[in-house]
Amino acid sequence: MSETKNHTNEYETRGVVHETCDVLVVGAGPGGLAAAKSARDAGAEHVFLIERDDRAGGILNQCIHDGFGIVRYRKQLTGPEYALRAEQEAEASGIELLTGCHVLRIDAHTRAHKPARMYACTRAYVVTAVSADGLKQIEAGAVVIATGCRERTRGAIAIPGSRPAGVFTAGVTQNFVNIRNIMPGKKVVVFGSGDVGMIMARRLSLEGAKVEAVIEILPEPAGLSRNVSQCLYDYGIPIFCSHTVSKIIGKKRLEAVEISELDESMQPIRGTERLIECDTLVLSVGLIPENEVAQTAGIKLDARTNGMMTDQYLQTNVPGIFACGNARRIMDLADFVSEQGELAGRNAVAFLNGTEMGEWDEARTSSMAKGFPEKGVVTCTLCPTGCQVRYNEALGEYEGNKCKRGAAFAEQERVNPQRILTTTVKVANRKTGDGDYCRVNLLPVRSAEPVSKQSLPQLVQELREITVEPPVKCGDVVAEIQEEAGCYIRIIATADADSNFLE
Amino acid sequence: MTKHDIVIIGAGGVGCAVARELSRYNLNITVLEKECDAAGGISGRNSAVVHAGFNNVPGSLMAKLCVEGNRGFEPLCRELDIPYKKTGKLLVAFDETDMNALQEIMRQGIRNGCEGLRLVDADEMEKLAPGIGGIGGMYSPETAVFDPFLYCIALAENALANGATFHFNSEVVAIERTKVEEHNEEHDEEHSKEYSNDRFVVKTADGGEHACRFLINCAGLSSGKISELAGGPSYQLYPCRGEYFILDKVAEDLLPMPVYPAPRKGIGGLGVHLTPTTAGNIIIGPSAEYISQIDDLSCTRPVMEELFKEAKALLPSIERKYIIGSYAGIRPKLAPPEEGGYRDFVIQEEEQCPGLINLIGIESPGLTASMPIARMVRGIIGARMPLEEKEDFIAGRKGPVRFRDLSEEEQAKLIREDPEFGEIICRCQKVTKREIRNAIENPFGAKSISAIKYRAWATTGRCNGGYCLTRIVDMLVNEYGVKPEEITYRSTGSELFSGKVK
Repeated sequence: MSETKNHTNEYETRGVVHETCDVLVVGAGPGGLAAAKSARDAGAEHVFLIERDDRAGGILNQCIHDGFGIVRYRKQLTGPEYALRAEQEAEASGIELLTGCHVLRIDAHTRAHKPARMYACTRAYVVTAVSADGLKQIEAGAVVIATGCRERTRGAIAIPGSRPAGVFTAGVTQNFVNIRNIMPGKKVVVFGSGDVGMIMARRLSLEGAKVEAVIEILPEPAGLSRNVSQCLYDYGIPIFCSHTVSKIIGKKRLEAVEISELDESMQPIRGTERLIECDTLVLSVGLIPENEVAQTAGIKLDARTNGMMTDQYLQTNVPGIFACGNARRIMDLADFVSEQGELAGRNAVAFLNGTEMGEWDEARTSSMAKGFPEKGVVTCTLCPTGCQVRYNEALGEYEGNKCKRGAAFAEQERVNPQRILTTTVKVANRKTGDGDYCRVNLLPVRSAEPVSKQSLPQLVQELREITVEPPVKCGDVVAEIQEEAGCYIRIIATADADSNFLE
Repeated sequence: MTKHDIVIIGAGGVGCAVARELSRYNLNITVLEKECDAAGGISGRNSAVVHAGFNNVPGSLMAKLCVEGNRGFEPLCRELDIPYKKTGKLLVAFDETDMNALQEIMRQGIRNGCEGLRLVDADEMEKLAPGIGGIGGMYSPETAVFDPFLYCIALAENALANGATFHFNSEVVAIERTKVEEHNEEHDEEHSKEYSNDRFVVKTADGGEHACRFLINCAGLSSGKISELAGGPSYQLYPCRGEYFILDKVAEDLLPMPVYPAPRKGIGGLGVHLTPTTAGNIIIGPSAEYISQIDDLSCTRPVMEELFKEAKALLPSIERKYIIGSYAGIRPKLAPPEEGGYRDFVIQEEEQCPGLINLIGIESPGLTASMPIARMVRGIIGARMPLEEKEDFIAGRKGPVRFRDLSEEEQAKLIREDPEFGEIICRCQKVTKREIRNAIENPFGAKSISAIKYRAWATTGRCNGGYCLTRIVDMLVNEYGVKPEEITYRSTGSELFSGKVK
């Protein structure tokens, strides 16, 4: 006790806010939320979850499309719905969430104590973080790093050409369009067929931009088959595989990109260059584990992927520091990230208690079907397996589906393809009057039921005109609109729009 | 129409230095710049090195002004409160021919008055810059690195504080010569006759009209065109492009000082070299390629390949994965391609066009020499009219706080005083909200992303602004009332967004 007091005094004299906890989790995306919750559930008394953004959920908040939760919740949820659920579960377990708090570094073993088997008596790590409340130093027994990933940039892949305005990464575009109500441009080329790139190709098309093409250097699309069919094929967006953007053209704003075909050694083939006029280039050229914080703690990274290296228990080379999610290895599905976070949180407590840790099944990390869907084949999107289902006309039955739902899905897809409509609507903002451009003035919404694929553009267009009055709860019906066929579609909020909108 | 004693065209390093130097005197000074901010041209696209002066022909203005500039650079940076680091520099020889070239360079440097130059063997080189290839080299202890953006900005801000005015986004489109009115305001009849009867009216694309007695042409790549517009002689400038790579800060420790190859004959630059920056990023480059346009700032695939190869020969430990960006600058060369090398700076009042002071061909080492150049301009004007020193000239300038460079105690204190120091906006460079605000509230009202970038250093890291751009845009839109479609990356025309989604 007296030792703790001395520590506190020492911190006070330096003007630093001092706190202690058992397990500290860095990053409140799906991995961090699950890790924090499971650490609490496993018996850790004080679990801190530190998030640099002003709310939990991480990148899920801007992923307004559906496709989340099919493993964990057996439901097609949107990103914000999934995030809200994960956050509510974490909050209910009694974690302490610190938002707007940016971890600068983790000093391992600064107290020179052995961490293992000394639960609640020794704090082994000091996490230094800043927030508007001050410079904090938090002593923790074990740490889970769930810092996610960042996008590979134009600079990193060194695309030749000038440096005009109008070149964005897909995630940044998604943030501007879905959260900040800002449109990057009107004529778009997407470079890279990563999932976010394809999802943004669809999103920008639905919001009125012309997406000219998706350019992919590999012979096959890089992202999930379901996104190739539902984001590109559905909207007639051409994809040029074995092509690259060989030059960015434009003095001030982007004017065009030059694309070239690639030979087998990935070199542009002379004479295949052609120009595509556009004002926006969206880059979806890969994700890199974000491990600046991990490096301060001396955690070993994979030289090739930049991911944290761990053992089968998700423990890094620094005992007591665990890793999960995209910061460890880029994963296909938020559901798997949550599962991994759960194990990392549990193992962090096992580390403190000196009890046995659970093993991670690496097969879970990446298991979804990627690349071109086969011709005449339906990619089932009901679960991560992504069965390639084909209708055998001779037999009058479906093949390739591993369960009955796959056949039903393929039948629906053949007769009347349906999609969940996901978009945003404006929220009245009483603070600024018209509420234009304010960060929180878009509310993500979805259709309560799947709608006919053909009617999506019309419905999204109609929803552009709608403004909802806060407060709104996730799940509330915010509008009913009519499909051309006559059927009424209920539109429900997929996030809360509460007092934040009114302040 | 506004009336001035002095109009300076161009807010690069030289234009800003001239403005700052002349702002010591009771003069009405205005600066016209076509870009949205200082350092928008070649001054922001180079190696950011304070040269020692051994590369230039003895007796040339380049040699004299560079050596003088080098000596005064550190106190100047201290006065302006901007980053400066005396790193020293190595020229590396890979064979005997190179060694001979270095001996030649050293003799030249000594003649120019460079201090401390010495030849070093491979062992000493290994101590000075571990991991560098080569059989030996020349070490120059007086070479330094600085921040060229903040240098220009600080000079401009200081000139502004001393009464000079600045017009950005103001491209000069026409210059008229008029007769001086008989009754000259401040100076006696005899004196005004002595310097000139001519004065200029400078017209800008944004509708500005600025009359002046002295027109100082610091227009860099456009200086030939400006001379012609003003009725001065024609100068043919040959744009010579240099491409660069920028490396991630994680590679910072690989290079303690600029490392250049020994100079080889016939190239228009100093050869591809490696340079540490004051911010901790290594830069690779530049190439040297004569091009036809003065504004083609493209990087090209063949040069990019070559750059990396040559840099790797100098420093084998660098890797492709460290690359976070690329850029190109263009040298305004007086030497045509067939001649190569350098021709000396032209700094003179033109006989055929009294009042027009031309600064032509100010390429490397122009930034190092910028303050001596400015003093030379002052000398030319001082010979034509009496210059009266201001009593209240403010020499110093306080630079903005850089949170990331402070101790934990200082950081904690700052956050207590202003909680916005506790909000990290740029994750890569650890730039806080308060620093972004300081940058946005700059005295020139420059609100482009590049203006914020160069002042606060946000968006310059490995994520290329992926994290902070959304947050900076938030501040501009929600706190400063800028509409998204009005936000530019650089000058007008480089708008970042088409508008709102809905």
